[in-house]
Amino acid sequence: MSRLLKNMDAGLYRKRRIVNLTVLSASILTTLFGLFWLVWLLTTLFLHGFKYLDLSVFTQPTPPPGETGGLANAIVGSILITLMGVAVGAPVGVLAGTFLSEYAIRSRIAPVIRFVNDVLLSAPSIILGVFIYEIVVVPTGHFSGWAGSLALALIALPIIVRTTEDMLKLVPNTVREAACALGAPRWKVTVAIVYRAARAGIFTGILLAVARISGETAPLLFTALNNQFWSTSLNEPVANLPVVIFQFAMSPYEDWQNLAWAGALLITISVLALNIIVRTFLRSGK
Amino acid sequence: MEQKNSNNKKTLLEQGFASIKGTDSKEKKKGPLSFPAKIQVKDLDFYYGKFHALHSINIDIPEKKVTAIIGPSGCGKSTLIRCFNRIYELYPKQYATGQILLDGRNILDPKEDLNLLRAQVGMVFQKPTPFPMSVYDNIAFGVRLYERLSKEEMDERVEWALRKSALWNEVKGKLKQIGTALSGGQQQRLCIARAIAVKPEVVLLDEPCSALDPISTAKVEELIDELTEDYTIIIVTHNMQQAARVSDFTAFMYLGKLIEFDSTDKMFTNPRRKETEDYITGRFG
Repeated sequence: MSRLLKNMDAGLYRKRRIVNLTVLSASILTTLFGLFWLVWLLTTLFLHGFKYLDLSVFTQPTPPPGETGGLANAIVGSILITLMGVAVGAPVGVLAGTFLSEYAIRSRIAPVIRFVNDVLLSAPSIILGVFIYEIVVVPTGHFSGWAGSLALALIALPIIVRTTEDMLKLVPNTVREAACALGAPRWKVTVAIVYRAARAGIFTGILLAVARISGETAPLLFTALNNQFWSTSLNEPVANLPVVIFQFAMSPYEDWQNLAWAGALLITISVLALNIIVRTFLRSGK
Repeated sequence: MEQKNSNNKKTLLEQGFASIKGTDSKEKKKGPLSFPAKIQVKDLDFYYGKFHALHSINIDIPEKKVTAIIGPSGCGKSTLIRCFNRIYELYPKQYATGQILLDGRNILDPKEDLNLLRAQVGMVFQKPTPFPMSVYDNIAFGVRLYERLSKEEMDERVEWALRKSALWNEVKGKLKQIGTALSGGQQQRLCIARAIAVKPEVVLLDEPCSALDPISTAKVEELIDELTEDYTIIIVTHNMQQAARVSDFTAFMYLGKLIEFDSTDKMFTNPRRKETEDYITGRFG
């Protein structure tokens, strides 16, 4: 390195280059370390999963040990429970997020709500499952799809509250001022202008919540449990992919284990697909 | 510097006039006050939390005239016009004391209906703020709040507002296009169209041209000129040439106080106060 600049201290420059090189190599190495496990996990899953993924997986219900069958009832059950969970969690979450962002500037309980929401956001899902078990399953006397949906709604709720609030806060205040300055009442400003400006973000938050709850197992063990048979009634225990995977993978029967691989692949692919949809949606929304 | 004299019934204007020229305050009546006042500000103080931003402002804004407010950054120009539609109420800890009379009605009264007030006193902001909807809906949004118009009437109103704001020829083919896709200058004229479409009585312009190129600025200034037939206009501007070009009256503010208020001609040729002269001639320290 020649002295290119008149006042350059060569030692200082060399030191900065060394620090730069060290940090850069360290970050590349740690990235590779993380990626290594992820790629390993995904290849194993794809190799095993695709081997057992055939049409019968989608058409036949879960079999008793030793017989052929599929995951049809678990797939339908999972979709039902997840949709119901979002149907409960999304409106409440969006409204709560709206309150925090739009109406709570002068309120003293808002920071409390925000804090409790953050606690809920990081609460272990099994605790939410046990909670619903206590307040729904015990009083009604049986496991049910509704209980499962409620548990999932509780998991989706804080995610949706948080993303809704964050997305609404991204809408510049000047837009709110402009709408208010026309004489629009506050609710109209929120619904007609602010929601419209933030809709891509809010929808993204909801989709991310769907992705998160579609793989939850622990809360369903205490609530929806499982069902060997076709059932679309949410008043009864309902089959669902995560719990089926949990039971089948732990079982000694090879058929069941193979179905668990297929189920795991299905969940992974749908979560992946949801994330891709979210990304394209966000990009087109901007 | 003038002694603070908020209890005195005389306005700062009178004090300034009397103290510098030493003349009878009756002569001043030939100034702004000889016109009917649309807005009368009386002993207005404004606070951002603990920060005292406006100090006992007294000013009469003449009806159907353009009043420019000039002064260095941070002197309280925007703060003052944000009081006229109480838009500051969106934020906690901002409050005003004193009186602002709009046609004799005190709009600082807590019982004042803010939505109706804002329909009566329109505002255009420094940065263009088109709503994320079509050009047509951007303008119809405000109108729909208070008027029930048929499709034809609404079409007419939208065209009228767009023609007034010199935007019609540029957007008549793309009324269904989203408003945020227009250029910066077009967006600002869209915001002006939106503000006048609801037919307010007063239009507040908070540095409306600071983000515009000279051509758009010229269009906006022409528009301001045309609007005085029907509206009382208050414009905050950093650009003294602009104040001189578009306004009938000019108020000079400094450090949260109103220093001088008079006809624009007088302010720019023969100001009474030393501070005004220094600012206008660019000798401000």
